[in-house]
Amino acid sequence: MNVTVNGRPATMAEGATVADVVCDLTGSTDPRGVAVARGGAVVPRSDWSGTALAEGDRIEVLTATQGG
Amino acid sequence: MLGLSGRELTSRLILGTGGAANLRVLEEAVVASGTELVTVALRRIDPAALGTGLLDVLDRCGVSVLPNTAGCYTATDAVTVAHLAREAFGTDWVKLEVIGDERTLLPDAVELVAAAEKLVADGFTVLPYTSDDPVLARRLADLGCAAVMPAGAPIGSGLGISNPHHIALIREAVRVPVILDAGIGTASDAALAMELGCDGVLLASAVTRAREPARMARAMRLAVEAGWLARSAGRIPKRFHALPSTVDDGRPEL
Repeated sequence: MNVTVNGRPATMAEGATVADVVCDLTGSTDPRGVAVARGGAVVPRSDWSGTALAEGDRIEVLTATQGG
Repeated sequence: MLGLSGRELTSRLILGTGGAANLRVLEEAVVASGTELVTVALRRIDPAALGTGLLDVLDRCGVSVLPNTAGCYTATDAVTVAHLAREAFGTDWVKLEVIGDERTLLPDAVELVAAAEKLVADGFTVLPYTSDDPVLARRLADLGCAAVMPAGAPIGSGLGISNPHHIALIREAVRVPVILDAGIGTASDAALAMELGCDGVLLASAVTRAREPARMARAMRLAVEAGWLARSAGRIPKRFHALPSTVDDGRPEL
């Protein structure tokens, strides 16, 4: 299944969830200070493992960075 | 004490983290500033930078995180980023930025008001970065923002406070705290903000891009405190001619 993660194409297994994307990027299933948007909508942390990816999904995985 | 949305902050200085060369420099600056509230932005995670630990540094400093919506140009984007920040950091406080122009980075008033209304309705403690327009500041306060944060001058410009009269007018126009945000270049700018009646100062570049950030952070800490004390002490009125400070009585005839 082809999706976009943080602007880059990614291939995920069938049945993969938002939690899998987060784990691939951070190495953790419950990383600190991380938020996810799917198609521009917030996916609450409690829904990560229950939110299955669909072909063409745009996923943003965000965290704290220095900023005024 | 700076009372913000039911919280009492001992320091009236809020520090932005943007622009610091590295986390060690940032940590030294945060400590030297004495701040209790520090802004962060939300950006795409960089797997190569995992474990660099901005949040760990801020934890170690014992400061709270104030997420911003930097880089948003529409109310819709800013509202989404605020919700993402709430998810990421577990805080409903947000420094609301909705930029209208990339050259000046000044706020888009229409989008800012729309975003503030939505976020207040969603239960956020909204601290909006606004222009130095007293009418806009009043609108933001009236719709439920916890403070108003007018720019002294464009972000990162170091120009200081371009229109001190407007900052003073904003102080008169609203009852919520006024926090001067953006434009500060050096300590006297921060002191002036407080003397004009601001309740606090938010700055980043003036410290993080100074040659010695920790030293400048301490300067800002002292300036904010000095300005606050001077404001509350009640300055003498300005006059055009001298007023002797030594009595004339008893002057010897030589």
